[in-house]
Amino acid sequence: MELHEIVSDLIIDTKGLAGGLLGAPTNTSSIALFLPELVVCATILLMLLVRLFRWGRTFHSFYVAVLGCALALAVTQPQQLLAEGGVPRIEIFTGMLVFDGFTVFLRTILLAFTVLFLILTKISGIPDREDGGDIYTLVLGAVLGMCLMASSNHLLMVFMSIEMASVPSYALAGLLKGRRLGSEAALKYSVYGAGAAGVMLYGISLLAGLVNTVHLPTMGVELAQRLPTMAPPEYMVLALAGMMVMVGLAFKLSAVPFHFWCPDVFEGAPAEVGAFLSVASKAAALALLVRVAIGLSAIVPPGLPAGQPIDQAAQTAARDLPGLFAVADEKPADNSAIGADPRAALQPMRSLLGKLIAVLAIITCTFGNLAAYGQTNIKRLLAYSTIAHAGYMMMAVPALIALAGQHPQQAQNAVSGLGIYIALYLFMNLGAFAIVAFFRNAFRSEEIADYAGLIRRCPGMVICFAAILFSLVGLPPLSGFIGKFAVFAALMDGFRLTGETYLLIVLLAGGINTAISLFYYLRVVKVMTMEPESPTRVPFALPMLSAAGMFTIAITLPTLLLILWWNWINESALGAARHLLT
Amino acid sequence: MFDGNYVLWLSLIVFLPAAGALVLAFLPRDQHDLLRYFTLAVTGAVLALTVLAFLVPPNPGATEATFFEFNGFREAAAYMQNVFNVAWIPSFDIYYFMGMDGISFPLIMLTALVSFLAMAASWSIKKSVKAYCILFLLLETGMIGVFLALDFFLFYVFWEVMLLPMYFLIGVWGGPRKEYAAIKFFLYTLLGSVLMLIAILMLYFNSDLSKLSNEQLARAHVLDTVVQVDASGDRARILSAPWSQETSPVEIEAAAQQLRRDMQAGTRSVHTFNLLAMAEMGQTTDAFSQSIQWWSFLLLFIGFAIKVPSVPVHTWLPDAHVEAPTPISMILAGVLLKMGGYGIIRICYPICPYGGWDLAWLVCTLGVVSMVYGAFAALAQKDFKRMVAYSSVSHMGYVVLGLGVWSATAPAYDPDYWNMGISGAMFQMIGHGISSAGMFFMVGVIYDRVHHRNLDEFGGLFGKMPVYTALSIGIFFAGLGLPGLCGFIGEVLVVLSVWPYQPVLAIVSASVVVLTAAYILWAIQRVYLGAEYKGPHAEEIVPSTLRENLIAGTLFVLAILLGVFPYQTVLRYMDPTIDRQVRLLADWTERQDQAAAAAPEEAQAATVPAAEAGRDESDERGEAFAATGQPAVGERSAPDLASGSPVRTEPAAALVE
Repeated sequence: MELHEIVSDLIIDTKGLAGGLLGAPTNTSSIALFLPELVVCATILLMLLVRLFRWGRTFHSFYVAVLGCALALAVTQPQQLLAEGGVPRIEIFTGMLVFDGFTVFLRTILLAFTVLFLILTKISGIPDREDGGDIYTLVLGAVLGMCLMASSNHLLMVFMSIEMASVPSYALAGLLKGRRLGSEAALKYSVYGAGAAGVMLYGISLLAGLVNTVHLPTMGVELAQRLPTMAPPEYMVLALAGMMVMVGLAFKLSAVPFHFWCPDVFEGAPAEVGAFLSVASKAAALALLVRVAIGLSAIVPPGLPAGQPIDQAAQTAARDLPGLFAVADEKPADNSAIGADPRAALQPMRSLLGKLIAVLAIITCTFGNLAAYGQTNIKRLLAYSTIAHAGYMMMAVPALIALAGQHPQQAQNAVSGLGIYIALYLFMNLGAFAIVAFFRNAFRSEEIADYAGLIRRCPGMVICFAAILFSLVGLPPLSGFIGKFAVFAALMDGFRLTGETYLLIVLLAGGINTAISLFYYLRVVKVMTMEPESPTRVPFALPMLSAAGMFTIAITLPTLLLILWWNWINESALGAARHLLT
Repeated sequence: MFDGNYVLWLSLIVFLPAAGALVLAFLPRDQHDLLRYFTLAVTGAVLALTVLAFLVPPNPGATEATFFEFNGFREAAAYMQNVFNVAWIPSFDIYYFMGMDGISFPLIMLTALVSFLAMAASWSIKKSVKAYCILFLLLETGMIGVFLALDFFLFYVFWEVMLLPMYFLIGVWGGPRKEYAAIKFFLYTLLGSVLMLIAILMLYFNSDLSKLSNEQLARAHVLDTVVQVDASGDRARILSAPWSQETSPVEIEAAAQQLRRDMQAGTRSVHTFNLLAMAEMGQTTDAFSQSIQWWSFLLLFIGFAIKVPSVPVHTWLPDAHVEAPTPISMILAGVLLKMGGYGIIRICYPICPYGGWDLAWLVCTLGVVSMVYGAFAALAQKDFKRMVAYSSVSHMGYVVLGLGVWSATAPAYDPDYWNMGISGAMFQMIGHGISSAGMFFMVGVIYDRVHHRNLDEFGGLFGKMPVYTALSIGIFFAGLGLPGLCGFIGEVLVVLSVWPYQPVLAIVSASVVVLTAAYILWAIQRVYLGAEYKGPHAEEIVPSTLRENLIAGTLFVLAILLGVFPYQTVLRYMDPTIDRQVRLLADWTERQDQAAAAAPEEAQAATVPAAEAGRDESDERGEAFAATGQPAVGERSAPDLASGSPVRTEPAAALVE
């Protein structure tokens, strides 16, 4: 390939064919599809630049940040998920990233969460105006990384985006500068993170050496080609590499045994940061897990190249576009060489990966629930609850992997189940941490024992908190049930269609965990509602008719009412998963 | 509007309490009487709405009835009535599907009545009245919803909706060990629900609508939801009204074809949460294999047995009852326990006949063990309320036993005795709902005065509270099963039905009556009779108030009415439905045996010929209707009855007359 061809391909890919060098990018070009992230970048720059001027320092950076995120959310166009035919799968930036329904869905969730999160920080007063610019820069930087995680299509991008999301998070964990606990948490987090990233990078390099590519869809094809004839030592290396990549992901997911940072960080950092890490970071990590799992265990039809009109792109889809930066062979991956059923060739990989994630999910979930039992600090309890929920959400992935072989449609339903869970989890956990933050502001305590008898002091808040906690248990009619229902349904469908017993075991483990998780959530509710109020508590007021109260109500209402009408969530999630495998 | 007729009425019955709770949230917190009267009015309105179904004469011509002229309950019809089925979460095949038949209708009446009386009994609640009233109303929504829901997902949601209010009602307003009792109740039920959820998913993913015949799809009201998109893009339903026996075969054919096209095109999934469709699949197709049926039955049965409660998962009940405040005990015993029985009869048996048939011994044994164990445990109690609680375990054992007596077996496949058992179980549920609510209320009345429940420290109440004592003795006799009162009918029907199935069980269950008499008579003797009151707070014993007498009197009068006119008050409403269900299951047994005999080595495929049999039956019925066209008003239920039970028996009526 000549240099000028590469350059012209790059131009087409980046901004489309239309109108010369300065013309507007076409709507399937990489730039156009990457617009939400670009808006976030611009917001970060604006936030930093505006403070160079005196007038720019007169207002809170919050307003810039929240407007930027809202704009990014608007250009994400979540309504396209519900469109007939779904969002086409387009590989942007020469295959480094992928734009599809899942990208749109995760972007929507992440950006919507960021908007709500920013409002929460404004209400709860952390950070103050002076720190605002710095903190919000870190937050938006992390969100940018998370959006990239959700659309990674290339192991290099996987690594880069994880780091991009993690590094600001380390700094956020140490947000309370004067506090020992916070600094310790930040240090622990970054050391753990660096270790996990190193292991992951090693795994990626092993994989790259083994299959000659790190472009995820190409990897599936390559693996299918090589697995049947792979020598045992090579197979060992492959398994090792897979596990090492999993270590990096497990760290982001706070899956057992890579969860040790989570309770410490949550305890040391303010509750707001806990909300950010437990929702946004988890959502992005799960999306990434889905991407990697599909890349390693399934053969996905090639995505459309960016920059060309959809119908034209469909015709040229067979071209070797992913190969530009991929370390692939010179000729495009040849599906016909794999044999009659390329999907069957990946069966050992699926079995290995499925069981690995299944075991990880069961252990994470069970451990999180059992460890939460003994906590006395509400943030530590919520940290373990977050770990447990990461376990529940990971349970959808073994179903996805098992089904990816012969039942792509049902495998996509498993992803949509996970999508529903993530969407509903956003409201539950943000609400829980928000209320913890408001309580902290009101009476300066995060010990569960100090919540005794709160129902008599601020009944509205307690009712909202109780609803959120029961929703985290997964009790209908609260919305947490819908997520669990969707994930469990995916597992049952996987078991029925593939006959893999481990999916049934995962399902049973999920069910039993639901029952045992009741104890510790209920304990918090019991302390708040049934125990007598402590006579020594400082008097405080937390009326519902305040910014904090209104925010709590707004964030709790979806938890209470979504059961009445969640068809649109299901359809959006189905739309998000539509072109992942077919 | 297509569903306007019932959607509003049934939704109103279910959600009126919830709406009331919402209004309550905005009422002032310290106006206790206002809150109580408002709540009482809401429960009263729900009762009135259900009673309307009795009072308004059936109006068979009105398929397009509006809200104000809905059809009354047609006692002679064996099928679901007042049905509506609208899309709720269509992308997950979940529908907002409700209706009532002879099994659910009496239980809805019971729920509305017991809720009303329990609210009337709630004047003794002095603490956080507002929260109490709100939770009480939410609980009522959950309870009625369970009995009306015909979509498994909807059913499950309502089933769980009850948990939270109940937890708080016990945990906040209960006795000294309230928190322990509340969490025990919560945990037991949640564990059962998780098992149920697994069974629901198992059945959902194995269900296959395409295996049902057109007639079956129509009967299960699946076709009600089929829409057609015309040229201009408008979506319209094909059936002009929810399916009934008057629906023209042409419409059914058109709708069924559209449904099959949709399923083929993938725009509609073949899976369903529709309980009626699942029942048709379980009985006449091979959609649910034997192992699926067996496991689903077991998982569901455990979930329901916890609610009933049946030994050995009954231990939450005595604690919950003892700690719960009086009105909540009335609800628990009067309604909540019935949900277990309702689940078994509505879900377990019709959907998983193989599991029920194979595990009949387990169900019956658990029933008898509960009866005996509950009775002995009641005999040993020192606490008045605990004794009544164990009597509930014992009495609900009759329900489990009556439901489980699968006596329609070779060679005659005679469903009569099983029919009698199920009728007895259903009657026992209603009767026990009245008598146990009454017993708990009576215990509550005396507890409010003397603040203890120690059986050995009562005595001589007859002299101090004559009206109360008279009513109490009457209600306790109803619980004892004295002929002429409501407890007798259910027990005798169940015991009679067991004879052909297993004489040993029958003898044991019959002799439990002696134990029942022993603990109730002994309790009456210790509490009400005797020379003088022996316990503390003797000075606070004052005659019962008018409100208390009215509540107890209502329950007592109902106990007599049900005991003297069992057929006129209860049985005639549920007989056609039970007849039909039992006959279908007896037919299933016959086919099962034939298939097993015909191909012993292919036992797995035993249910395949059944599909044909089901279709034949339905086709004949369809033709019959096509031939007669619009049957006259008086005859409209005749074919239904004729085909519904060829050998129709009226055991209860025979007993009375």
